[in-house]
Amino acid sequence: MNTPEVGPRPSQAPRGPDRPAAPDRPETMVEFAAVSKRFGATVVLDRVDLRIHAGEVVVLIGPSGSGKSTLLRCINALEPISGGELHVDGLSVRGSQAQLRAIRQEAGMVFQQFNLFPQMTALQNVAFGPRQVRGTPKAEAEEQARALLAKVGLADRAGHYPSELSGGQQQRVAIARALAVRPKLMLFDEPTSALDPELRQEVLRVMQALAEEGMTMVVVTHEMAFARKVGTRLIFMEGGRIAVDGPPVALLDDPPNQRLRDFLQHVD
Amino acid sequence: MDFDWSVIGQALPALLQGAKLTVLIALAGLAGGVLVGLLFGLMRAYGNRFVALLAAVYVEFVRGTPIVVQVMFIYFALPVLMGIRVDPMTAAVVSIIVNAGAYISEIVRGAFQSVPKGLSEAGLAMGLARWRVLAFVVGPVAFRRMIPPLGNQFIVSLKDTSLFIVIGVGELTRQGQEIMAANFRAVEIWSAVAVIYLAMIGVLTLMLHGIERRMRIL
Repeated sequence: MNTPEVGPRPSQAPRGPDRPAAPDRPETMVEFAAVSKRFGATVVLDRVDLRIHAGEVVVLIGPSGSGKSTLLRCINALEPISGGELHVDGLSVRGSQAQLRAIRQEAGMVFQQFNLFPQMTALQNVAFGPRQVRGTPKAEAEEQARALLAKVGLADRAGHYPSELSGGQQQRVAIARALAVRPKLMLFDEPTSALDPELRQEVLRVMQALAEEGMTMVVVTHEMAFARKVGTRLIFMEGGRIAVDGPPVALLDDPPNQRLRDFLQHVD
Repeated sequence: MDFDWSVIGQALPALLQGAKLTVLIALAGLAGGVLVGLLFGLMRAYGNRFVALLAAVYVEFVRGTPIVVQVMFIYFALPVLMGIRVDPMTAAVVSIIVNAGAYISEIVRGAFQSVPKGLSEAGLAMGLARWRVLAFVVGPVAFRRMIPPLGNQFIVSLKDTSLFIVIGVGELTRQGQEIMAANFRAVEIWSAVAVIYLAMIGVLTLMLHGIERRMRIL
């Protein structure tokens, strides 16, 4: 993959030559059909229906315990679903282990706590996925990794270990690491919540650039400015259900629902 | 009394012969113990209920009985039960494997389980197979955490070889005992034996320090 240039958002995500030609309508990337998730007796997701198309930037918000992180983690099958059907790029999360691995290669994930591999340098962290998953030769994987680190503004930190990087830098390495596997979709689980306010912007800028390239993104966050500026769709979750779903600016300016209005007041 | 250095001079060749055997038993036993410990530790950490229970039972049996009893069982009882002959050297090595294996399996389990869950999730989320996550993501971090407690266990096991005096293996303590029985020079002989153990463990400690220095504990 050539690292795509930052530029105006195309209507369709850029696709490599190995990908099928883009259809006229945006393809469905993720499809929830009556998906439930229970932890014991606790219902975390309650028959959720949701369709996410290629190129969308979906911002998931909601009070803690509303199921937003769980919803995200069901997409790449880190959490097995308890009921319903969930397809990612046509693959079922109820499929074989090989299918789950295929889904996870399609859906890159960025975690709240970064979760960089501490025994590896930034460069090794980014080169690791392609080498392990795609069998990319070391030199090629490292060349790609350098390009990705440059893309997130960390070309000069390639040889640093995670413990030698700031939180914001670690999270940017984590984004590069997820991109290295060439996902079609990126999942962000509160990517800035563990960061000091002054470090959040550098991560949000990288995410915005990614969105502008047309990457399909699902972002769990409390960053309302990001939702407004970058999001194409805002979903407010409550009690394991999608309570509100619509265009971010309109929903944030004029919340159609008292609960959302209350929630927004607490966030800001 | 006066300390007779010539006694030590005479005894030294036999004592060093015993020390050689001690090192040999410890090396073979610990090599096997690490493999057994790795297997049972991973079984207990990641295995299904049956496999984990199997590993837990093994650990409880070993930890719940004195090593002397284990040695006696392996050397005297097992041959009766299974109708095989076991020579003392084999019994000694097997005893260390079985005994150290149980303790090491707990070290392995603890180290793997202490690695933050987020790391294996990050590996899985890239589409890696579970075994790759364990081998290349969690394993290297866990390995660094195992070094201090493993060092402990290596030292304990090396000293445990002195128990094989009871089954007649000619290791260091046995050699000392035999020489002492012939010349009654307890002070000289047991001092020499103690110093030789100290020297062996000193070398082991230095090696462990070297490994820790090269490797940052993560």
